[in-house]
Amino acid sequence: MAKKKIYLDYASTTPVDSRVLEAMLPYFSDKFGNCASLHSFGVEALEALKQSRRIIAKSLNANPKEVIFTGSATESNNLALKGVALAHRSLGEGGSPGHIIISSIEHACIIETAKWLAKNPCLPAGRSFKITIVPVDKNGIVNPNDVKKAIRKDTILVSVMHANNEIGTIQPIVEIGKICRQKKVLFHTDAAQSFGKIPIDVKKMNIDLLTASSHKMYGPKGAALLYIKDGIKIEPILHGGEQEFGLRSSTVNIPAIVGFAKAVEICQKESKKELDRQAKLRDKIVKEILKTIPRSYLNGDAKNRLSNNVNIRFDAVEGESLAARLNGLGIAVSTASACASPKLQPSHVLLACGLKPEQAHGAIRITLGRFTKEKDVDYLIKSIKKVVSDLRKISPFWKK
Amino acid sequence: MKQKDIYSKEIMKYFLKPKNVGVMKNYDGLGKVGNPVCGDVLWLYIKVGVDKNGEKTIKDVKFQTLGCAVAIANSSVLTEMIKGKPLKQAMKLTQKDLIKKLGNVPPLKIHCSFLAMDALKEAINDYESKKK
Repeated sequence: MAKKKIYLDYASTTPVDSRVLEAMLPYFSDKFGNCASLHSFGVEALEALKQSRRIIAKSLNANPKEVIFTGSATESNNLALKGVALAHRSLGEGGSPGHIIISSIEHACIIETAKWLAKNPCLPAGRSFKITIVPVDKNGIVNPNDVKKAIRKDTILVSVMHANNEIGTIQPIVEIGKICRQKKVLFHTDAAQSFGKIPIDVKKMNIDLLTASSHKMYGPKGAALLYIKDGIKIEPILHGGEQEFGLRSSTVNIPAIVGFAKAVEICQKESKKELDRQAKLRDKIVKEILKTIPRSYLNGDAKNRLSNNVNIRFDAVEGESLAARLNGLGIAVSTASACASPKLQPSHVLLACGLKPEQAHGAIRITLGRFTKEKDVDYLIKSIKKVVSDLRKISPFWKK
Repeated sequence: MKQKDIYSKEIMKYFLKPKNVGVMKNYDGLGKVGNPVCGDVLWLYIKVGVDKNGEKTIKDVKFQTLGCAVAIANSSVLTEMIKGKPLKQAMKLTQKDLIKKLGNVPPLKIHCSFLAMDALKEAINDYESKKK
């Protein structure tokens, strides 16, 4: 039985940093108040909320009132797309109610929300939002010119992620933001994977709306944010007590938000050095595997990618069985492809990069983090070599 | 620390240490099923002999599989269930028998056992057609 247990799936979620947990603890019991209450318990909670908002807003170079807290990045992305679409739709006779542009490698919560908007909602019969999906190149990067060309008279919003969750590619959001500003179209970016890893300045980067999530950066689950540039109209999805400036009714999750803010502070202080360390480990994995395992390939861009992401595929090996064998050796990696998803479809991201389904089925994603040690990486490399070789012995398609 | 697996102990046992893996050179029947595009591919080789009672028997069996953990486990279980068995008996095998042997097969993975059964049918068909 394997003794080691090594987590290499930080893009999926991260453990809560002990300093974050410490900051959160008082807000579960001693300082448990509802920030909407007028008594001292409420005021205490409200102060914590305001302080957290200030810390996080500052890290984005935003104004605190431009940051609203939600429960998840999925919720933030839903609010961004639905909220903007509903607030900016054109209800005039004839013509399109509005056009939205997304990329082909967005997270499911963007793609599915866009599809939902294209289906119908809240519009007279026969009218629906129009969606354009811009492609990526073979390395998984959007060409800003494609976004420019896709913008039409009725375009209300462009949403392109900052860094991809599967292959870690970093998108040219500065250029896309500039184009959107020139064309007077709103620009949203899903920064769930990049916030805490790549410095973000919403003003310099021409970002109108931005999604970020706590549990991807050593904060707790259940807290995320949507930055909404001052003056942008947006319809809430949740109605009720008018929390979060009326844009997200729900009792505010103070402990999680306090944790989120602490996580942001830590990342700001430690990120640069820490991410350089991770990038070295990432490069070691890629170099070793490509050098020693025949017919292994890196997915995504070699340089323009998150410092913690390795997405790699092997001919004649299926990703899920590779991940399952690694799990048997105590290593947790993920497969975004095929069998893991209810539809048994290969990764839409890898297909968008032009891979064939049979190639996409052979991919695994390894994502490093704050607690990854060099010896973990060495054990990973050794284990992958063994498992790939073993699975190839079973595979009908492996010819030396 | 103990590893937790999403699959049953039985599935993991067959997946981690599959039996009867490999290529058979002088096979009597070969069943090639599945499609790399959708993920799982299984090649099943059988060698048929006659036992002392004059009954046709699967003397040897080998498989090669490209697929997920459950597909590999199914392939291995199938080969173990038919090896040395009369052909008639092997033909009566159903996908339910495989699933029973594997314990808790997640609903999403039930199709993997169909793949194994298809391979067996194909291999036997191949053998029968050559005989004619």
